[in-house]
Amino acid sequence: MGLRALAVLLTLTLATILYLSRLEDFRIFVPGLAQGALMTLRITAAAAVLAVLAAITAGLLKLYGPAPLRWLAVAYIEVFRGTSALVQLFWLYFVLPGFGITIEAYTAAVIGIGLNIGAYGAEVVRGAVVSVARGQWEATVALNMTRAQALRRIILPQAFAAMIPPWGNLLIELLKTTALVSMITLGDLAFRAQQMNQTTMKTAQIFTLVLLVYLAMSLTVTLGMRLLERRAARGILHARAA
Amino acid sequence: MWDWAFTLEILPALARAAVITVEVTILGFLIALTLGLALAVCRIALPWTRLPISLLVELIRSTPLLIQIFFLYFVGPSFGLTLDAMTTGVLAVGVHYATYCSEVYRAGFESVPRGQWEASVALNLGRATTLRDVIIPQAIPPVVPALGNYLVALFKETPLLSAIAVLELMQTAKIIGSQTFRYTEPITLVGLFFLAMSLVSAWAIRRVEAGINRRYRR
Repeated sequence: MGLRALAVLLTLTLATILYLSRLEDFRIFVPGLAQGALMTLRITAAAAVLAVLAAITAGLLKLYGPAPLRWLAVAYIEVFRGTSALVQLFWLYFVLPGFGITIEAYTAAVIGIGLNIGAYGAEVVRGAVVSVARGQWEATVALNMTRAQALRRIILPQAFAAMIPPWGNLLIELLKTTALVSMITLGDLAFRAQQMNQTTMKTAQIFTLVLLVYLAMSLTVTLGMRLLERRAARGILHARAA
Repeated sequence: MWDWAFTLEILPALARAAVITVEVTILGFLIALTLGLALAVCRIALPWTRLPISLLVELIRSTPLLIQIFFLYFVGPSFGLTLDAMTTGVLAVGVHYATYCSEVYRAGFESVPRGQWEASVALNLGRATTLRDVIIPQAIPPVVPALGNYLVALFKETPLLSAIAVLELMQTAKIIGSQTFRYTEPITLVGLFFLAMSLVSAWAIRRVEAGINRRYRR
């Protein structure tokens, strides 16, 4: 979808949400859902930061780390990509206490989702770094740069542009995954929806509104990443399209 | 901390539940494959469906599967669509991944050179025949690995069905946990099962990919 189409769709979605939230049938759900949406946004933002940090660390370690650290990175990536996000959340929240480590639901949610998406992101980082032309590396050697200098000044800025489109998809995945935290008792959008559904039984109204709110959030993320993509491609001759 | 006797005791129940998980995966993926292909073909065959289909795809891909499962399960009955939990789950997972698969198929169709369409016109083949006998056989093999990745992704989403009490692996583990107050063994075993299956299927996909590359190198 083009930028303009996305903007139109987002406007339409927001307009529909605004319109519905004024109707008699929907109005009572607005405060609760707003609270839930706030929790969803908080978890999304915190987990996104953790995911990016984990992805860069694990991706670079898998490529350039010394042997034991490299194995650790590979193990992290395989374990978190190989098991379900929900299983990971349950493990952090219900199983870790059995080993004497008790963490809050919110912390478990951020760590679980952040590390899960970070594992997928690590492969994105690795792929983008590998896709930078060989000649760039050779040029840094010719200029007598150290490997760290070359990575920081030459390779990563170019890899960054190639990373943005796949990161856009991952952030949408992350946002959608946050719905799972309702199952470890956190009061996010999905949780509030279920709660209100049980007390009022106005199922169609609640879930329609919730779907629209998620849609608006996803479209905002997509739109933001597209703009970032444009910005990052500026000044790079051979920026690769997604 | 880890009780081996307890582990052995719960293993049969988890094994039975694993069968349900695999069933859901296979049925859901069959829906995803066929519906996804239908959507992709529709976009080509009937140009006016392009906008509604891409809107639908965007809508389904942008919202959480969990909410879609709830929507189908709780809202469906008010439209006269009453399904049991298992059917709802399979349908929701299948439709969700159909949108992902339709994009994969679309990429496959776009990778078929234009000349193939033109040659079919020159040979006086109808549109349906062209699609069925010329385009689809060339469009599918290159995207098989991508479809395989979505099979694994779908498999890992099946624990969500525990939210509507389908007795798959996760739900069984949760029940064992709430009955015995021991979550360590059941949840860890479920995690290990998923890890093992994912690693095996990743290996299988790589093998298939290599085989396809050998046979269809253009």
